[in-house]
Amino acid sequence: MKLLLTFTGAIAALIGSKSAFAEYTLNMTKGITDLSQDIYWLHMMAFWVCVAIGVVVFGAMFYSIVAHRKSKGAKAANFHESTTVEFIWTGIPILILIAMAIPASKTLIDIEVLEKADMTVKVTGIQWKWQYDYPEEGISFVSNLAQSSRDVIKASPEEREAVHNESTYLRSVDKHLVLPVDTTVRFLITSNDVIHNWWVPAFGVKQDANPGFINDAWAKPNEIGTYRGQCAELCGKDHGFMPIVVDVVSKADYAAWVESKQAEKVAELASATQEWTEAELVARGEEVYNANCSGCHQKDGSGIPGVFPAMIGSEVTNGPADYQIGMVLNGLRGMPAFKMLSDTDIASVITYERRSFGNNGSVVQPSDVTSAR
Amino acid sequence: MSSTTAAAAHDDHHHGPEKGLLRWVKTTNHKDIGTLYLWFSFAMLLVGGAFAMGIRSELLQPGLQLFEPQFYNQLTTMHGLIMVFGAIMPAFVGLANWLIPMMVGAPDMALPRMNNWSFWILPFAGTILLSTFFMEGGAPAFGWTFYAPLSTTFAPDSTDFFIFAIHLLGFSSIMGAINIIATVLNMRAPEMRLMDMPLFVWTWLITSFLLIGAMPVLAGAVTMMLTDRNFGTAFFDAAGGGDPVMFQHIFWFFGHPEVYIMILPAFGIISHIIPTFSRKPLFGYSSMVYATASIAFLSYIVWAHHMFLTGMPVAGELYFMYATMLIAVPTGVKVFNWVATMWKGSMTFETPMLWALSFVFLFTIGGFSGLMLGIAPADIQYHDTYFVVAHFHYVLVTGALWGIIAAVFYWLPRWTGRMYNERLAKIHFWIAMISVNVTFFPQHFIGLAGMPRRIPDYALQFADFNFISSIGSFAFGLSFLLFTYIIVDCIRNGKLAEARPWESAKGLEWTLPSPAPYHSFDEPPTRAEILAESQHS
Repeated sequence: MKLLLTFTGAIAALIGSKSAFAEYTLNMTKGITDLSQDIYWLHMMAFWVCVAIGVVVFGAMFYSIVAHRKSKGAKAANFHESTTVEFIWTGIPILILIAMAIPASKTLIDIEVLEKADMTVKVTGIQWKWQYDYPEEGISFVSNLAQSSRDVIKASPEEREAVHNESTYLRSVDKHLVLPVDTTVRFLITSNDVIHNWWVPAFGVKQDANPGFINDAWAKPNEIGTYRGQCAELCGKDHGFMPIVVDVVSKADYAAWVESKQAEKVAELASATQEWTEAELVARGEEVYNANCSGCHQKDGSGIPGVFPAMIGSEVTNGPADYQIGMVLNGLRGMPAFKMLSDTDIASVITYERRSFGNNGSVVQPSDVTSAR
Repeated sequence: MSSTTAAAAHDDHHHGPEKGLLRWVKTTNHKDIGTLYLWFSFAMLLVGGAFAMGIRSELLQPGLQLFEPQFYNQLTTMHGLIMVFGAIMPAFVGLANWLIPMMVGAPDMALPRMNNWSFWILPFAGTILLSTFFMEGGAPAFGWTFYAPLSTTFAPDSTDFFIFAIHLLGFSSIMGAINIIATVLNMRAPEMRLMDMPLFVWTWLITSFLLIGAMPVLAGAVTMMLTDRNFGTAFFDAAGGGDPVMFQHIFWFFGHPEVYIMILPAFGIISHIIPTFSRKPLFGYSSMVYATASIAFLSYIVWAHHMFLTGMPVAGELYFMYATMLIAVPTGVKVFNWVATMWKGSMTFETPMLWALSFVFLFTIGGFSGLMLGIAPADIQYHDTYFVVAHFHYVLVTGALWGIIAAVFYWLPRWTGRMYNERLAKIHFWIAMISVNVTFFPQHFIGLAGMPRRIPDYALQFADFNFISSIGSFAFGLSFLLFTYIIVDCIRNGKLAEARPWESAKGLEWTLPSPAPYHSFDEPPTRAEILAESQHS
């Protein structure tokens, strides 16, 4: 009964707010790379071939249903075999398929064979976030679902629509992947845990991220803009909350972004050598916690009994700091390693965990993490 | 005439069913076991359907309203497993049990005790599978395709129960398949040649070989999972020298024949119903047999089209694309033959015919999206989206399930000796026909627009079509209550049916008296009887 009421309520709420999202798409995106446009062309070609076959086959079927019915006095014929006809309708489909296979093969080879890339980005799927590494530029960061989406997952439709438009809810991240326009980018795609799939529809790129193996894909975006995608392979609990946002920017903007990222990294390294106050660590740690830890251990630190341990009153958060630092750096059983986070981030989040949720563990400084690495 | 007297003689010898509930536990009778299979699969259809209602309720609007993501994943996983292994496959085995002995002029199945066992494994396997919901950590939540390492290193403890249930279901299927092969090849009336067999028998014979080929591979996959999880092997773990992609190769080497296991018997059913209500022999009988065999053969060599994005070499992708596209040819031949059977017929539109026509129409739409998915570059955008969900529900719901429902209405008078309520059945058909399309057609659009499958919540741009799809699914789900009523009403209050309730139905099963005697043919039908009832005369 309660379920029924929920349904009715949900239906009423949705009908009420119907006008709010009138923008929807019916068809595949054309995308902004040559390959994504080739794919779109193949898709439409296959679609129209199907429509044409459908018109002929369903046309014959519905003509028969209308014209050859007993109620109209139709008398049944008795023909039931014709080798000629069978040959014709085996042969014609084969010719149609060959005609479809030729452009499909050409595009497939274009997609799979990359002669030379201008730059490389390594994409690593981690339950449930993406890590991006620019090996040549020395940039590395983790991209999580944006807090603005996380906050309204269980909110009312009005609250959700106050913050988000058609494409931003669950498709926003804290740190965007940034790429220069008109540049051939090679993606090296892998995973730290289960199989993920990195999908940016506008690039025509969707590639499995397999743990222990590296797949590659490539794109040459032709247009500046922000493009959104998400994980496309079931990867566990928060598979639906693992979006991808790519900013394609001008080459000059990209150079500036690289410079700022590198400067950020220098500052980050410097910050790890300073002594931080507890308040500073806790404030920063809360952000890191919500982005990286709350998916499993929950925002209030209560965990999920039997699956994800609670932070509250835990032996780890109230015990020796070294043990917890090792656990966050290297992972333990179901918990992944977080060594891609900076020393300051790790120190902050551990301090936050040890000093919040009613816990009474010690404060951890970035230098403690540095020496533990 | 021999059959009629034989049946009369039977009652004199007290060879009827045992009294009481134990009849159903101990039975070795093909009709009793067929009935058990059909009711079991119907119960599982309702359970799997309830899970689907849960899924669609959560997806009714954006945001999380009813379930936590982990539980949502359990629902999608169990929905798939229960529908595939609990509803569709056992329903076809049930139909085979009821019909094959009657269609080939045999008294019963060849291996009746094994028949009993292969059924009675199912309720236990189903119970074990469903009981995982109540275990700590919950039911399996890795999708019905259970890709490693999500199903090994990262899976809940209940996965070991899931593995055991899959083993049991596999035993049951293999035994069912052996029984059907033995019955068709050994128990067939001596005067019946292979090319005299009706198409339901042909398609099931071929399906049996698919089952025997595919199910042990599935057993291998879950056994490797079991040892990876519990005994320190690393078949699917790169850290130990294994490969998670190998899991997918093994799974789909089972999985692709599996989808034809679920559709070939339906092809057979449709090939009975369309000629009956077109009052014309089936067009191209022998090409139908060859097409079925070709599809079965091709089904073994196309498995990696489910894996275009795993990082296969381009030569492999090209090969699997070509082989996949080739399947469209024999499948097309079947559709063309059905249309040619209707052409210049004298058609009427009783309920089984409505389901059969709807099957041809909607299954073909599923075939079209299948052809599109087979084009490897385009599959990059389709893969793991709702476009795929729409595709396989068009071939499995409006394909496999439609075939089963068509068969139920077509042979129900044969099974029960009574006629169902034609008016109600037609109303039910139209409710189901409309609601199933409202449910699944919009999923093509949300898939193309970019919504991945297996997510509990989605971007606002997908909201409208998800809403429509959910409303359609509620109507579709409710339509099965009407279906249940029609069946129960037929069994209890239906008008007595004639032995051949459809004017121009052909087949040895209709030569038996109504209701069908407990044992089918005590004396094999003669050559003349077989030819008079064959599909190509």
